[in-house]
Amino acid sequence: MSMARTTWRKPPFIKNPTLRYGLYAAVTIYVVFTLATLPIDWDRVSDGMRRAQRIFNGAFPPNFERSGLLIDGFLESLKIAILATVGGIALSVPLAFMAARNVSIKPVYLLGRGIIIVARSFHPVIVAIIFVKAVGFGPFAGALTLVVYSIGFVAKLLAERIEEIDFGQVEAMRSVGAGFLSTLVYAVVPQIMPRLVGLGIYQLDSNLRASAVVGIVGAGGIGATLANAFGRYDYDFALAITMVIVGVILLSEAVSGFIRKQIA
Amino acid sequence: MLKISKLTKRYGAGDPVLKELDLTVEGDQLTSVIGSSGAGKSTLLRCINRLVEPTSGSVDLNGTEFTTLNRRELRTARRRIGMVFQSFNLIDRLTVMENVQSGRLGYISTWAALTRRYPREDIRHAYELMERVGIAHYADRRADELSGGERQRVGVVRALMQRPEILLADEPTASLDPKTSEQIMSLLRDLASELKLPVIINIHNVTEAKEYSDRIVGMRYGRIIFDDRPDRLDKPEMDEIYAGVPAMDRAEVGAVA
Repeated sequence: MSMARTTWRKPPFIKNPTLRYGLYAAVTIYVVFTLATLPIDWDRVSDGMRRAQRIFNGAFPPNFERSGLLIDGFLESLKIAILATVGGIALSVPLAFMAARNVSIKPVYLLGRGIIIVARSFHPVIVAIIFVKAVGFGPFAGALTLVVYSIGFVAKLLAERIEEIDFGQVEAMRSVGAGFLSTLVYAVVPQIMPRLVGLGIYQLDSNLRASAVVGIVGAGGIGATLANAFGRYDYDFALAITMVIVGVILLSEAVSGFIRKQIA
Repeated sequence: MLKISKLTKRYGAGDPVLKELDLTVEGDQLTSVIGSSGAGKSTLLRCINRLVEPTSGSVDLNGTEFTTLNRRELRTARRRIGMVFQSFNLIDRLTVMENVQSGRLGYISTWAALTRRYPREDIRHAYELMERVGIAHYADRRADELSGGERQRVGVVRALMQRPEILLADEPTASLDPKTSEQIMSLLRDLASELKLPVIINIHNVTEAKEYSDRIVGMRYGRIIFDDRPDRLDKPEMDEIYAGVPAMDRAEVGAVA
């Protein structure tokens, strides 16, 4: 007679118990060891708290007196973001076709993937530092930086979308004897269009956010205004800028979310 | 006249999917190819217009040897073969007219294709064919708004826009309900005789195959084991065509769509 079992437990994630507990122990020991050996100077932490206190005291109430400067900075950021999005997408589309395994030949595929990996491997701040060195301070460096940043994101996701297309449509265009470009435009582009528009809107939003960061290293826009305010100990103005950045980004996120929902 | 001789297709190192297959189709015959999944029906059809590259053998359409064409020649030659697919393979987000006109992509310039400036004669021909199959009023609708039967009609019109010398249909009714499926089959039969067009259909539904075809070809393991009039297809022949375990067939042929 077989016994009906009444208990059941989910099989553990790692089957081998030695390996499982060994791994847990290793992670625990490593964390404890790291905390014990990291040079954390608690005196400096408490000093820092006092300094933070002073900064916050200086920041209240936020100072909107120089709102002209603030608006100029923002308009510049917006220009950088729009320019970078348009340029980034214009470069991303051909790059995405190059980097899609199913429509591209091997050497072109590897080249396309290579460019995308390079564009992705550096944080925008690092790219911005390089471009500021190359073309000087100002919004142009910021726009170039965000073009690279946009390529890394848009081209990669678009290439993945191209790899997911219904290949039957490509097969149909091949069967009628269509040329390479016509095949792409008829069989592939309509399938990836919604994703491309969605990515473009998201990227505009994302570039606006990133333009505030890259401005801090000298690439123009509101980030530069913010860095200057900090440099001159104008903490009240800095707070005003920060508040406006948060507000604008909330707004742009809402708008881009709304548009993306409409086209989905 | 389509003359296939000694056609062999092998995927990778496995057993060939098509084994030195010979088949000749001419006139305005409607030929149905039946056989269990993995028998090589789809591969056979795709080897004709080289959507799948044959390993060896010859495919001759009205004097053109297809297997030796280079890429450019192949593109020009493919215009002469219309193809209809099981999942329609329409461009969902484009209008019916654009889908229909895409059948002419082998003829018009890339620029005309991109800007949708189709020649007058093509537009006239498109309306005429759409009228014939009953979808003319959908010209401006998006292809994904249509029902299955209507979409397959778009697929048929797209193929006919090529003014093909032969029509290949890869399980054109397998995604349709029984009634629509019969409508499409009788449409294909009527078009074959109206346009004097030979048609080759891969089909799973043997009853439909017998009702609508002039000739039935039975395939098994990459070979033709039956080739005769539909009324000659009886139980013993059927048993032979569909004998064995389908899974075994598939394992043997490997990656066939």
